[in-house]
Amino acid sequence: MARVGRVQRGGWGSIRFLAGLFLVGLAILESAAAARAAEIAMVSGSVGSDLKTLRHFLAEFQQKTGDHVSVVTMPSSSTSQFAQYRLWLAARDPDIDVYQTDIVWAPQLASNFIDLKPYVKGRLGDTFPTILASQTVNGKLVALPMFADAPALYYRKDLLEKYHKPVPQTWEEMGATAKVVMDGERAAGNRRLWGFVFQGAAYEGLTCNALEWMRAEGAGNIVEKDGRISVYNDRTVKVLDMVRGWIGTISPEGVLSYQEEESRGVWQTGNAVFMRNWPYAYPLGNSADSPIKGKFDIAPLPAGAEGGIHAGTLGGWSLAVSRYSRNKAVAVKLVKFLSSKAVQKERAIVSARLPTLKSLYGDPEIAAKQPIIGRMKIALDNAVARPSAVTGTDYNEVSADFWTAVHNTLAGDGSAKDNLELLEAKLQRLKGVGW
Amino acid sequence: MRADGVAGRMSVLLRGRRVTVLLFLTPMLVTLAAIAGWPLLRTIWYGFTDASLSDLDAARFIGFRNYLDTLTLRSGRTVHTGLLADPAWWHAVWNTLRFAAISVSLETIFGTIIALVLNQRFPGRGLVRAAVLIPWAVPTIVSAKMWAWMMNDQFGILNDMLMRLGLLSHPVAWTASPDTAFLAVLIVDVWKSTPFMALLILAGLQMLPRDVYEAARVDGVSPLRTFFDITLPLIRPALLVAVIFRALDALRIFDLIYVLTPNNARTETMSVFAQQNLFSFDKFAYGSAASTLLFLVVALITILFVTLGQLDPERGQ
Repeated sequence: MARVGRVQRGGWGSIRFLAGLFLVGLAILESAAAARAAEIAMVSGSVGSDLKTLRHFLAEFQQKTGDHVSVVTMPSSSTSQFAQYRLWLAARDPDIDVYQTDIVWAPQLASNFIDLKPYVKGRLGDTFPTILASQTVNGKLVALPMFADAPALYYRKDLLEKYHKPVPQTWEEMGATAKVVMDGERAAGNRRLWGFVFQGAAYEGLTCNALEWMRAEGAGNIVEKDGRISVYNDRTVKVLDMVRGWIGTISPEGVLSYQEEESRGVWQTGNAVFMRNWPYAYPLGNSADSPIKGKFDIAPLPAGAEGGIHAGTLGGWSLAVSRYSRNKAVAVKLVKFLSSKAVQKERAIVSARLPTLKSLYGDPEIAAKQPIIGRMKIALDNAVARPSAVTGTDYNEVSADFWTAVHNTLAGDGSAKDNLELLEAKLQRLKGVGW
Repeated sequence: MRADGVAGRMSVLLRGRRVTVLLFLTPMLVTLAAIAGWPLLRTIWYGFTDASLSDLDAARFIGFRNYLDTLTLRSGRTVHTGLLADPAWWHAVWNTLRFAAISVSLETIFGTIIALVLNQRFPGRGLVRAAVLIPWAVPTIVSAKMWAWMMNDQFGILNDMLMRLGLLSHPVAWTASPDTAFLAVLIVDVWKSTPFMALLILAGLQMLPRDVYEAARVDGVSPLRTFFDITLPLIRPALLVAVIFRALDALRIFDLIYVLTPNNARTETMSVFAQQNLFSFDKFAYGSAASTLLFLVVALITILFVTLGQLDPERGQ
C-alpha cells in the first residue's frame, strides 16, 4: 500500500511538473508569436545587384515600421524560381508572405495571391497601362509592379569608332559589324573577343530574345491575341537561320548556355562587341572596377531588314502577397513600400531598373544621375508583351516548347523549318479546342 | 498426451514470439507507410485524375487518359495523346536508361580499379583513402555548380587546361553544345559516384581470405588470372550490392542535370520530365502519371537485378 501511495505522490508531482512545463512552453510560444507579428519573409531572385539594393530597402523599411523582413533567395533563372513558387503555393505554405513575380506569371498564379487593388487606388493612374494590364487577371490586381524591363543593345563605343562603324540599325548589320570588328581585333591579338552575346540558354530568357528577332522581321508573336498559333512561317524560319549562322562565328557556342549574368560576364570583361541585355547591366558596366567603364553605350535593339520595328520584349518584376500569409497587413505594407514612388526612384538611380510609374520619367534627379532611364522610355513604350495573357495557364509550356525549338535549331539539331513545324503541332495539341 | 502438451506449449511460445516480432516491426511499418506508402499512393491516384496544382481538391477521376487517350479530330483523323504516346517521355526514358547504363558501368570499372589500388599497402594509404571520398562528400548541387563553372566555355578551367595541353584547339561549350551536354553530365556523375563504388568494393576486398592468394602465388598464377578467377567471383556479392545501389540512384537522377544543363531536352531524364510537368507546367496529373511510370521502371529493374543476382551464384555452383 505504501508503495502505491508513493507512486501516486510521484504521479501528482510529475503532473504538477508537467503543468508547469506546459505553462512555460505556452509563454515561450506566445512571445514567439508576438515576435512573429513583425517578422515576415519575402522570396526574391537576384540578378546583378538586385539583392544588395533590396536589402538596403528592407533595412529602410524596418527602420520606418519596425517590421523585420527576411529574404529567401532564389536562383537567377526565372524558370527555376517559378517551379519552386508553384510548390510552395500549392502546399499553401504560410512561411513566405511576399513573392517577387515575373511579369508573365500573373495569369498562372493569380488564384494564390490576394487582390491588391483596394490598397493602391491612388497610384494606379500613374502606372503604365500595359504593365498594369499584365498584372490584372479578371479584374483582380494580382501583383504590384516594382520595376519594368526592356532590353537594349549594348555596344562598345571604342571598338565601333576604331573600325568606323555606325551603331547598327538592323540585325543583319549588327552581324556584319560584329564580324568585322571581331576579325580585326582577333588578328591584332585579342583572341578572346566575340561579336555578340545574348541569352541563349534553354529558359524563359531565350523566349524573350527569340521573340525580339521574330518581331523585328514581322514574324508574329508565337500565339496571336486571338489565340491563333502563328509561329511556323517563312519569316521565323529566315530569322532563326540568320541567328543559327551567328553561333560559333560571332557568338561563342557557349552562348547556348548563357543566361543574363553569363552574357554580362563575357561582356563586362571586355570580351564582346555587342550584347543584348536588360538595363541593369548598364551601371554595373560603368562601376569603378569594370574594364569597360566609359567605353560602351546602349541603343535600341536592331530592327528587321525590311523596315521592321525595334521590338524589345516587355519584362519586369512585381510583388504579390500570398493568400496563405498569416500577416497580410504587414505584407501589403511592404509591397506598397517597395513599389512606392520614392523607392522606385532610388532603385532607378542606383541600379537603373526602369520605374513603372510614368511621372518618374520626367524626374530631374533621375535624369541627372542615371540618364539611361530617360532613353529607355522609348524602348519601354515599344516593348511588346509575351503571349502570356492569351495562353493563360498554358503559357509556361508554350514558352518551354518554343525555347526548345529555338534552342535545338541554334544548336544545329534539326533545321529551323522542321523544328518549327513540330512546334506548331505541339502547340496545336496543347491548345486543343481553345486556350 | 505429453507430446501434445509440448507442442501446445511450443505454439504458445511461438505465438508469443510472433506478437513480439510484430510489436517491434509496427513502428517501422507505420513510419514507412506514412512517409513512403501514402505519398506513393497519392501520386498514383493523381495520375488517374485531371488534377491541377492551382486546386488539388478539384481533381476528378479520368481513368487512363493521362497514359493513353485517343482523340478523333474534326477531319476524321485520330491521334493518340498521353504519356505512352508522348515522344518527349520516351526520349526521357531512353536518356535515363542510357545514362544509368553508361555511368554505372564506368563507375564500376573505375571503382574496382581504385579499390584494388587502395587495398594494397603503401605509405599514406589512410590519407589517400580519405581523399578519394571527397567528391562523394560534396553535395551534388554544389559539385554540379562547381563543374558548371569549370566547364564554362569562356572562363572555365577545363578548357584552359585542355588547350594548354594542346588537346583542344578552341574552347568547347561543354554544357551548351548538343554533342557534349550528355557527356558533361556523365563526367560529373562518374567523378562524383566512383568513390562510393570504390568504397563498397574495398569493403568487399578486405573480407577476402589471404590463404587463397598465397596458394595462387605459390602456384605461380598470373596477377590478371588471379583477379578474374579469384578476386572477381569472391567480391561479386559486394559488387552486386554496389551496382544495384548506384543503378537505382542513376535511374532517378535529377539534381545534377537540373543544375548543370537545365531545361535541355538532350539531357532530360524521367525525373526531370516529371518535375517539369508537375511544377513548371500546368500538368500536375500528367507529371504524377510520369512519376508513377518512373516508379514502375525502377521497381522492374530492381526486381530484375535482384533475381538475376540470386540466380547467378547457383549457376556457378
